[in-house]
Amino acid sequence: MKKITANRNADMRLYKLFYLFLIIPVWLFNSINLYAQSNSDCMTCHSDKTITGKINGHTFSVYIDEKKLAASVHNGNQCTDCHADLVNSDFPHKTNVAPAQCVPCHDDAQKLYSEGIHGKAVAKGDPLAPRCQNCHGSHEILPVKDIRSAVAPIKIPFVCGSCHREGTKVQIQRHIPQNHILENYTESIHGVGLLQKGLSVAANCASCHSDHKILPPTDPQSTISRKNISATCTKCHQEIEVVHRKIIKGKLWEQAPNTLPVCTDCHVPHKIKDVLYKESVANQDCLSCHGRTNLKSGDGRSMFVDAAKLQNSVHVNISCSQCHNTVNPSLMRPCTGISPKVDCSICHADEGDQYSKSIHGQLFAKQDPNAPTCEDCHGSHEVLAKVNPASQTFPTNIPNLCGTCHRTGEKAAVRYHGTEHNIIANYTESIHGKGLMKSGLTITATCTDCHTAHMELPHSDPNSSVNRKNIAATCGKCHYGIEKQLENSVHSLNITKTNKKLPVCNDCHSAHQITRTDATGFRLEIMTICGNCHKQYAASYFETYHGQVSRLGYSKTAKCWDCHGSHDILPVENPKSHLSFQNKVQTCKKCHEGATRQFAGYFTHATHHEPVKYPIMFWTFWSMTGLLVGTFFIAGIHTLLWLPRSLQYRKELKKILSENSDSEEKKDDQISDEKIE
Amino acid sequence: MDSYNENSKVKVKMQFQRFTRLNRVLHILMIVSFISLALTGMTLKFSYTGWAAILSHLFGGFESAGYIHRFFAVVMVSIFIIHIIGLTKLKKKEYKTWKALLFNHDSMLFNKKDLKDFIGSIKWFLGKGERPQYGRWTYWEKFDYFAVFWGIFVIGSTGITLWFPEILTSVFPGWVINVATIIHSDEALLATGFIFTVHFFNTHLRPEKFPMDIVIFSGRMPLEEFRLDRPAEYKELVEKGELENYLVEPYPEIVLKAIRIFGWIALSLGLSIIVWIIYAMIFVYK
Repeated sequence: MKKITANRNADMRLYKLFYLFLIIPVWLFNSINLYAQSNSDCMTCHSDKTITGKINGHTFSVYIDEKKLAASVHNGNQCTDCHADLVNSDFPHKTNVAPAQCVPCHDDAQKLYSEGIHGKAVAKGDPLAPRCQNCHGSHEILPVKDIRSAVAPIKIPFVCGSCHREGTKVQIQRHIPQNHILENYTESIHGVGLLQKGLSVAANCASCHSDHKILPPTDPQSTISRKNISATCTKCHQEIEVVHRKIIKGKLWEQAPNTLPVCTDCHVPHKIKDVLYKESVANQDCLSCHGRTNLKSGDGRSMFVDAAKLQNSVHVNISCSQCHNTVNPSLMRPCTGISPKVDCSICHADEGDQYSKSIHGQLFAKQDPNAPTCEDCHGSHEVLAKVNPASQTFPTNIPNLCGTCHRTGEKAAVRYHGTEHNIIANYTESIHGKGLMKSGLTITATCTDCHTAHMELPHSDPNSSVNRKNIAATCGKCHYGIEKQLENSVHSLNITKTNKKLPVCNDCHSAHQITRTDATGFRLEIMTICGNCHKQYAASYFETYHGQVSRLGYSKTAKCWDCHGSHDILPVENPKSHLSFQNKVQTCKKCHEGATRQFAGYFTHATHHEPVKYPIMFWTFWSMTGLLVGTFFIAGIHTLLWLPRSLQYRKELKKILSENSDSEEKKDDQISDEKIE
Repeated sequence: MDSYNENSKVKVKMQFQRFTRLNRVLHILMIVSFISLALTGMTLKFSYTGWAAILSHLFGGFESAGYIHRFFAVVMVSIFIIHIIGLTKLKKKEYKTWKALLFNHDSMLFNKKDLKDFIGSIKWFLGKGERPQYGRWTYWEKFDYFAVFWGIFVIGSTGITLWFPEILTSVFPGWVINVATIIHSDEALLATGFIFTVHFFNTHLRPEKFPMDIVIFSGRMPLEEFRLDRPAEYKELVEKGELENYLVEPYPEIVLKAIRIFGWIALSLGLSIIVWIIYAMIFVYK
C-alpha cells in the first residue's frame, strides 16, 4: 500500500509540474477575461497545493482544500460571494486580492465587530488587529456547534489566547490591563470546567467579553464594565442574588451598581475559583500606598491603614474594595472614585436599615455633626466582633462606649432634657451595671440590651424599645417569667380595663438605677412609688406599725409587695390574690408564724379618719383625743392660773426666808439654850 | 432645830425627810424607764419626722428600740408591783388593815381636805383667799399618783396586745390590734405630755421651786421650806411632837450635785420631748 501511495504521490508531483508549465503561462498572459468564474474555474488553479500568492513581499499558500470547503458552512457559496473584487476579473486574476468580505451576509456581526476594539484597531491599521478569519478561519469555517469549529467554546480560549497570552506582541505591545490571562483562565473554575472537564457551557472568553463587539472594561458599553458586569455574569449565574442575599439585597444588585460591589470586586477576573474569596484585586495594591504611615490626605488626615490591625479585625476576609466599593480597578488609580464614607449597609443591610430609623440615623440624615456613625461605635479597619473582649462593642465595654456621648456633660447628654440624669454613673451602680462591670457577667443587661444596638429611639417614640408600650417586652427578653406574671396581674390591661396609665417595669424599678429588690433603698422607695398611684393606701399604710417602721428607714417590716405580691398583684376579690380570703393567712404567716384567721383580721390600711369604714377606730381615737384635750384643758387652766400667783408667792417666800436668816443666830442661840436647860 | 456635830464642832442644819428610800429609788427608776419608753415609743408615733428617724438610729434601729421599749415596760411594771408590795409591807408594819392604810389621814386617796384645798387654791389663784394650808399630799400630787395607776393599766394592757398580737388575736378579733395601737399611742402621748408639762410645772418649774425641786431624789428638804410649803403637815407634826422623827442630816454637796445633774438631764430630756412633740404635731403632721 505504502508503495502504491508513494507512486501515486510521484505521479501527482509530475501532474502538478505539468499543470504549472502548461496552465500558468496561459493564465498569467491571458489579459482578457473571456468568461465568468465558477468555483471550478477557481479550483483549476487553487486546488494545487503548491500554489502560492504574494502580498507585500510575503509569500503564502493559496491552496484551497476543496473537500474542506465542501464541508464548511459556506458550501454552496460561490468564491466570488466573498471575494467580490474578483468578479469578472481577468484570468488569472490580479495578485493583490482584497481580503474576503463577510459583510454581505454577516453584516450584523461585522457591525458589532467594527464597533469593538478589534474592529477599531483594524480601521486604524493596527497590524496586530485580528480580522474575521483570524478567529473563524477562512475556507474551512465550520458551524460553531461543530466541535471542530475554530470558535467552538472549547477552542475559544486558544483562539483568543493566540494573541492574549504572555509573550505575544499583543500582550507586550498593546495596553492590556490583565496579565497571564490564559494561564489564569485555565486554572479558574471556568477554565477547569471547560478545558479539563469538557463542559462546553462553562464560561469562555466570549461569554464575558462578547464575541464581536469586544470592548475594554473602561468603556461603559462593555459587557465587562462595572455597569454591565453583573448582568453579564447573571446570564449564567441567574438568581445569584439568592446566594448573595446576605450581602446584597435583591434588585439593588442591578439597580444601583455604583453603591454595590460588583462580581469582579470579589471574584477576580480570570482567576475565579470555587473558594471563599479572601482578597480581591486590591488589598495588596491598596496597601502599597496606604501601608505607608506618612500617607496623608489633601486635608491632612492620615490615610495610613494598619495592616496588622486589619489582620485582627473581623473583616480580615473582606477586601478593601468590598467596603470602599466605589473603587474602580479600571482606572490608573482605582481609588480615585472612592467616596469618603463607607456604607456598611451594603453587607449589614438589616443593621443599616435599623440605624437609619434610629435617632442616631435620623440625626445623621439631618447632617447633625454629633450623630454617631457605624465607625464611631465599631471602629473602622480594626473593627472587632462583639464577642471579642477587646472590642468596643463587647458587653462590658458598651457603657463606656455609649458614655462617650451620653455621660453627663458629653455631647449627647447636654442635648437631653428628660428625666434621666447621670445615666452612666447610675447605671454603673445599678444591679445591671454592677453585674456587668464589676462581676463581668456579660449576659447582664447593658445599654444596647434595652435600647437596642442599632435602633435606639427616644422613649416617646412608639417604636422605641423603651417606649411604655414595649418596655415589658424589652425587660421580658431576660426577665421572661416576670413579664408573664405582669401580663396576668392587676397592672395589665388583660386584667384591668382602664384608661389610666398602668405601671410598666421602669415606673417601679427606675431605668438606670435598678437595684436588687431586697436592697433597703429599693424596699423603702417602693412604698412611695406605689403611693404615686395608690395615694390613700400609702397614706393609711404609714399609719400602721409596718409603715411607721418603714418611714424610719428600716426595710424589715412588711412593704406593699410583701403582702400584695410584686408582679403578680391581683385584686383581693380574685382567689389567686395573695390577699384573697384563701391566701391571706398564709401571706401573714410569711412574717408572723403564729398568724391565725383572726390575726389576719387586722386592718393593715386602717385609719381613724373613716367613721363609716372603721367606726371602732374612729370612736376610739376621738375618745382618746377627748380625754387628752380634756385633761390638758383642766390642767392647763390650773397651771396658768397658778403661775402669776406662784410668782408673787416666790417673792413672799424669799422675804420670809431672808428675814428668818437675819434672826437665825438669835433664834439658834435661844433654842440651844432651851435644849441645854 | 439644828444639831451640833460634836466631833467636828460644825453646826449642821437638819432637814425634813419627806420620802422614803424606796420611794426615791422607785421614782428614779420611774424617770429612767418613763423617758426611755417615751423616747423609743415616740420614734414610731412621730415616724414622719426627721428627729424620730435620728432617734431611732441612735437606739440602734427599730428592733433594738423595740427591745429597749419592752425592757423598760417590764421595769416600769416591776416598779409598780414593787410599790404595791411596799404598800402591803407598810400596811403590815404601820396600819395593820387595808382600811387603815387607805383611809388614814395621810393616805393617797382623795378626801374632803383635797376638795377644800382645790377650791381654796382656785380662790388663792384668783386672789380671793390665802394660800391653802397644804398637807402631806396635795391634790395635784394625788392626781399624778393615780394617773400612773391608770396609765400602767391602759398603756400596759394595750402594750401587751401589741407585744403578742398572735396570742391576743387567738382570743380577740384582729381589729383589737388596731384599737390597741390607737389607745396605746394616744394614752402615751397624754402621759408624756402631762408629765413633762403639768407635772414639771407643779413640782419643778413653778416659780417657788424653779428650776427644780430635788426632794424626790434626796428625800429631804430644808425644814423652813417644808414649814412654808406644807403648813398643815408641819403644824400637825409639831403638835404631835413627831417632827424630830423626820429630821435628818442633809446630803453632802457632792451627792446633791449628782442629783442636780441627774435632774437636769431628766428635765431637759422631758422638755425636749415636749418640743419635739409640738414640732411634730404642728409643723410636720399632714
